[in-house]
Amino acid sequence: MKPTESESVDWRSGSTEAPDLTTRERLREIYDEQIRTPLFVAWADWRTRFGFLILAGYLLMAIVAVLGLWRDPSTNQAPRYLMAFENMQYPLGTTASGVDLAALIIHSTPDILLMITAGAVWATVVAVGIGTVAGYKGGRVDDVLMSFSDFVMAIPGLPLVIILAVTFSPENPILLGIVINISYWAGLGRSLRSQVLTIRENDYVEASRTMGVSTPKIIQKDVIPNLMPYITVNFVFAARYVMFASVGLYFLGVLPYSTQNWGVTLNFAYNSGALFSWSAAHWLLAPMVAIMGLSLGLILLGQGLDRVFNPRVRTRMTGKSESTADTDDEDTVTEVL
Amino acid sequence: MVNYYVRRTARVFATVFMVASLTFGLIRLLPGGPYTLLRTRLLRQGVPAAEVDARIANLQNIRPDAPLWEQYIDYMFALAQGNLGMSISLNEPVVAILAKSAPWTVFVVLVSTILVFVIGITLGALQAYWEGSRFDKVFSGISISLMSVPFYVIAVLALYVFAYQWGWFPTAGTIGRGVEPALSVPFVLSALEHSILPIFSYTIGAIGGQALAMRGNSIQILGNDYVQVAHLRGLSDRRIATRYVARNAILPMYTGFLLLLGFRLGGTVILEQIFSYTGLGYYLISALNTNDYPLMMGTFLVITVALVLGVYVADLTYSKIDPRISAGGSDEAY
Repeated sequence: MKPTESESVDWRSGSTEAPDLTTRERLREIYDEQIRTPLFVAWADWRTRFGFLILAGYLLMAIVAVLGLWRDPSTNQAPRYLMAFENMQYPLGTTASGVDLAALIIHSTPDILLMITAGAVWATVVAVGIGTVAGYKGGRVDDVLMSFSDFVMAIPGLPLVIILAVTFSPENPILLGIVINISYWAGLGRSLRSQVLTIRENDYVEASRTMGVSTPKIIQKDVIPNLMPYITVNFVFAARYVMFASVGLYFLGVLPYSTQNWGVTLNFAYNSGALFSWSAAHWLLAPMVAIMGLSLGLILLGQGLDRVFNPRVRTRMTGKSESTADTDDEDTVTEVL
Repeated sequence: MVNYYVRRTARVFATVFMVASLTFGLIRLLPGGPYTLLRTRLLRQGVPAAEVDARIANLQNIRPDAPLWEQYIDYMFALAQGNLGMSISLNEPVVAILAKSAPWTVFVVLVSTILVFVIGITLGALQAYWEGSRFDKVFSGISISLMSVPFYVIAVLALYVFAYQWGWFPTAGTIGRGVEPALSVPFVLSALEHSILPIFSYTIGAIGGQALAMRGNSIQILGNDYVQVAHLRGLSDRRIATRYVARNAILPMYTGFLLLLGFRLGGTVILEQIFSYTGLGYYLISALNTNDYPLMMGTFLVITVALVLGVYVADLTYSKIDPRISAGGSDEAY
């Protein structure tokens, strides 16, 4: 099934639940609709492909580190201050104390990936839950939830994280990811809420409501699919924020040095004067490139996935004329997922 | 209507009150408690115990031997009178330090955030207008690349190139040595010179995100029926661009702007450290490193109050900008 044809077909098959369909056919349809088509659309976009490849590269680095395929970083394992690519045994060069830089970068990856995933999942799940319920229900529920969000939002993010990190010194990367994003959901939840405020005035939501569909179901079927592009992009942003913040805080030296992190490398490089001597520039640049690469991969993936969830962009991409795409929009929005 | 504003204003005070209480609790959670370190140091120096207690009480308007709730009440009353105690490491009233440092932080954050917003919206709108053109593609690429660079990387590189190598800008501080902090031409010039690098590094990286958001919003709105109807009615392009498209595209970004302001207020912790720019974030870290709890609490609270006011303004003005959402329009509960 080509994605361009999905609109009208989806609508009918979704609403009638044809009884003569076998389980197998239905499973196949679900697979086509929810897995194959989105993947097809996603893969057709170069940004998704590129983002996937970059993230796969980092995942590979993490696997290499976990399986111990690359030497562990330790002092005096190599000559000091080797430049990058000077000695192919130490491709990224070495630090002032003779540590293999490639080992430092590679062995930081697993913890960083765990951390950003944990932080992003935490922030998005809480934000979607609170934002949609507050926006849709309105009234007292909205008041209570938004007062709570306001309160959380009023606490400055990074300073709070610093104090929490010093207090509890979380060593587990998953915990650290959640601590870093502990208040991230508040802002996201609030902007989701203001979008829900407009969505809930739509005709089809009102139709569902008059038909007596339950609130959780309306939120799930009518509200959240509309927000999906926004949610995906913000999931990626939340992951990026965790990485930027964690590296920044390690760089400042306020997080416990219990885990390997590019920020720790950056901090050591900066504090041993890498800014002033050319011979140590690679020491500073290697972690910077690692950070930027990962966040580039995340952003590209977010941008590309936007298309999967955004029917307007999707139809336009596959060459359908704009005018037809527009008339179909309202139907497909709820059905794509 | 009046009722809504009254309630919303009351909520501001409630939030500030709760955050102040939370700060009180948080600081007490820190390892070793707030004054253990100072106390042992003074005791080791041979200062009699009674005098140590008196000194500490003087520092934060709390008596270390009093029960927790009494400490809390004393603390809140002092706070209400604008008394944040004495800084341990700098031996100055915390309020004086904050009054000195807050304007710098607010200046840098405000200027750079407004720049981010204005440049981002302009770029994004132009990209949407010429969607698919080479201009659009090039700037989309640039935006995505910029988004993947954290501001501290830009800051470190900018410091290296512009300050250390080329010597165009000073490497540290908010104003030059020997410049009187009065409203005069040399002061303003010196302040600008010192703030250009921090503002630059804090602005560049954030533009990409805003531009892409604006581009996406505008494209979505350009596809709406009412825009096509406006074209058919023969309205001028200019009117359509400003009244129909821009207004609707900027709207969802407006609340985002104030949130951004809040996030960036917290982010200065890292920025100011790199440039040794003596704003709130700089003092927060230095207080943390010297276990200077009164100063830490003070900076924390001031950043908080700034944020609360920002969100308050956003809420009150949102209904003015978007007439579809009436203030207190959430009265209708489903």
